[in-house]
Amino acid sequence: MNDVSDAAKQTGIKQMNMVQALNSAMNIAMERDPRVVVLGEDVGYFGGVFRVTEGLQKKYGTHRVIDTPIAEGGIVGASIGMAANGLRPVAEIQFADYIYPAYDQIVSELARLRYRSAGEFPAPVTIRTPCGGGIRGGQTHSQSPEVLFAHVCGIKVVMPSTPYDAKGLLLASIEDDDPVIFFEPKRIYNGPFDGDPDKPAIGWNAHSGGQVPEGYYTVPIGKANVVRQGAALSIVTYGTMVHVCLAAASDLKLDAEVVDVRSIAPLDIDTLATSVSKTGRCLIVHEATGFAGFGAELSASIQEACFWDLEAPILRVAGWDTPYPHAFEWDYFPGKTRVKLALEKLMRAA
Amino acid sequence: MATNASFHMPLVPARPGEAPDFSYVRLSLAGAVRKPPIDVSVPYTADLAEELVRVLDDRHQAVGPWDPGLTPAELQRGLRYLLLTRIFDDRMQRTQRQGRITFYVRSLGEEAVSVAAGMALAADDMLFPSYRNQGLFIARDMPLVEMMCQLLSNSRDMCRGRQLPVMYHSKARRIFSISGNLATQFPQAVGWAMASAIKGERHIASSWLGEGSTAEADFHHALLFAKVYRAPVILNVVNNQWAISTFQGFAGGEQKSFAARGPGAGIAGIRVDGNDFLAVHAVTRWAAARAREGHGPTLVEHVTYRAGAHSTSDDPSRYRPKDDYEHWPLGDPVMRLKQHLMALGAWSEDQHVALTAELEAHVAAQWKEAVSYGTLEQGPPLDPALMFDDVYKVRTPRLELQAQQLREEHAIRMRNKAGAP
Repeated sequence: MNDVSDAAKQTGIKQMNMVQALNSAMNIAMERDPRVVVLGEDVGYFGGVFRVTEGLQKKYGTHRVIDTPIAEGGIVGASIGMAANGLRPVAEIQFADYIYPAYDQIVSELARLRYRSAGEFPAPVTIRTPCGGGIRGGQTHSQSPEVLFAHVCGIKVVMPSTPYDAKGLLLASIEDDDPVIFFEPKRIYNGPFDGDPDKPAIGWNAHSGGQVPEGYYTVPIGKANVVRQGAALSIVTYGTMVHVCLAAASDLKLDAEVVDVRSIAPLDIDTLATSVSKTGRCLIVHEATGFAGFGAELSASIQEACFWDLEAPILRVAGWDTPYPHAFEWDYFPGKTRVKLALEKLMRAA
Repeated sequence: MATNASFHMPLVPARPGEAPDFSYVRLSLAGAVRKPPIDVSVPYTADLAEELVRVLDDRHQAVGPWDPGLTPAELQRGLRYLLLTRIFDDRMQRTQRQGRITFYVRSLGEEAVSVAAGMALAADDMLFPSYRNQGLFIARDMPLVEMMCQLLSNSRDMCRGRQLPVMYHSKARRIFSISGNLATQFPQAVGWAMASAIKGERHIASSWLGEGSTAEADFHHALLFAKVYRAPVILNVVNNQWAISTFQGFAGGEQKSFAARGPGAGIAGIRVDGNDFLAVHAVTRWAAARAREGHGPTLVEHVTYRAGAHSTSDDPSRYRPKDDYEHWPLGDPVMRLKQHLMALGAWSEDQHVALTAELEAHVAAQWKEAVSYGTLEQGPPLDPALMFDDVYKVRTPRLELQAQQLREEHAIRMRNKAGAP
């Protein structure tokens, strides 16, 4: 793995799924810094509907791990006030689909406070929220709204694809002096997912990304990660789709380079451009709806940097321009078939 | 099938050309409302939320249990802040009309709401104001020149040219950044107070919004979180009757006070005469002590009147009678405190004239100094590259690139004609 700090090398490595890795990150952050508090719906006594905050209230008390009313705007509004009073709130929005009542507090307040107060009132809040489909969640428990936040200047937006990155990125987010929206692709909480729901689920134990240092380390915000080297084409993707893309490229025996964007904002355009300039072909894949999705920004930015190196038009694969339907979940999900069709088209192009 | 249900539109008592009518404002006699101990349980504030706490009576005497017992010197200081706020507002309003600043919001008629609270709270309590609370900054002795530099977006603008005029802040004076989005400060103040309690500190928070803003979800979030965590916070609704052109009935104020939302949400509620400096001071002191001693939050409704326009972009003669304010039953806050001091024998007309002249000269001198640091129209301009700072703690590579692009744009604009974009 990359980015492992010296401190991490000295600590033990443990097999963790993404839930355990996120839990470990918060545990370490709370232990290291008494200013860190966790709040959200069901996060305290119960430990969160996905168990991510399990055991934290028992260990750190009800004044640091706070169950809240079902009021996302209140959770974020109160978090901003807490941050202004010197705490480091880590707020959980139970599903990314529920984040919209907090949108005004995030866009008009959280993102702008440092700017409008000329640095006097920064708001270092981390908002964790599970996103993405593939868990039979229907259109209210499956969304990936990252682009709605990528467009807002003043906040950082990240989405990990492995337990290792999840822990390191969450520790970096909590330490960051700017607000961070931390998207957790919930389909891969328990294991990498190649896009085939009919195959038996596999855990993180066979994946190098499930080997997680027990101690403190960070993965820097603002850095993409080349997860597989290749020369034939570049696949630029993030979250659950990293694993689907790896499987699709492997099925087609393509020498694909797979780049995990990891940090949506700020975007590490240099790493993406270096890859696409080398391969000359680029497929962008995300789970969210394609129209005006983050793929549009990726495509434009990569094209601006790499136009003269391109051998084919940049292609995008994404969710359809519909809500995420319950009964047709696997028809909406951009699975291996859709990715492979696009890869074949990209390789056929002049 | 017919129905007896009908569509109701809240009644606006008087429109332009009609006689002002304030019969809807429910009043209590000065001194008539009881003052409970600070640990009173929430249900026993239900009457306080519908009555009107008043201290100054018609003969300008302080009467009843809510008399804060301020010394003549403290009252004189209050009058000075009230008058300074009014003179500052008046001068800035005229400055806007002369085109020197782009926008202004006066607090005419409701100065006591901010000034009395600003004096009643401890200096290290945290304030989360709305855009019509300039009296809070003034009561905390913010130099006017700092506020004026913000209004001018000049080289000393505390917001570095990023905020509309009047959206001040002051970390040193513990006053939070003002937002143009309404009610957002309410849950933030509660979060600040929650953090104070989590850390075991004695500081409380206080926030203000207009009665129109109680319609926003953030108002309800604030009451809910304040109740659930018993946050040491004072939540103030400044009921000045008007949200731009919209009468308070459209925020749900018909036949029900805004303070009553407090007991309804499980927190103490109290309704106070916002034009009575002594009453606002006493109620704020009471609510602050209640919060500080761990008895929980209070929702305070200040009944007052927006005597001026909503802002310099508004013309109230289009939607309410021109002489409305002259008939407002709670009078003028500056006049009432002045008359009280005179009734005490601690103030005279001559002193008032002299103080007015002194403060007018002070405001003029501060304005002269502020303008010496530049104006938006005539410069010297702020460095536009400041636009790229404070988006994040450290500029991103993309922002660095854009700052460079802007520099190139400027070079071209300078070569062409006098900087035209």
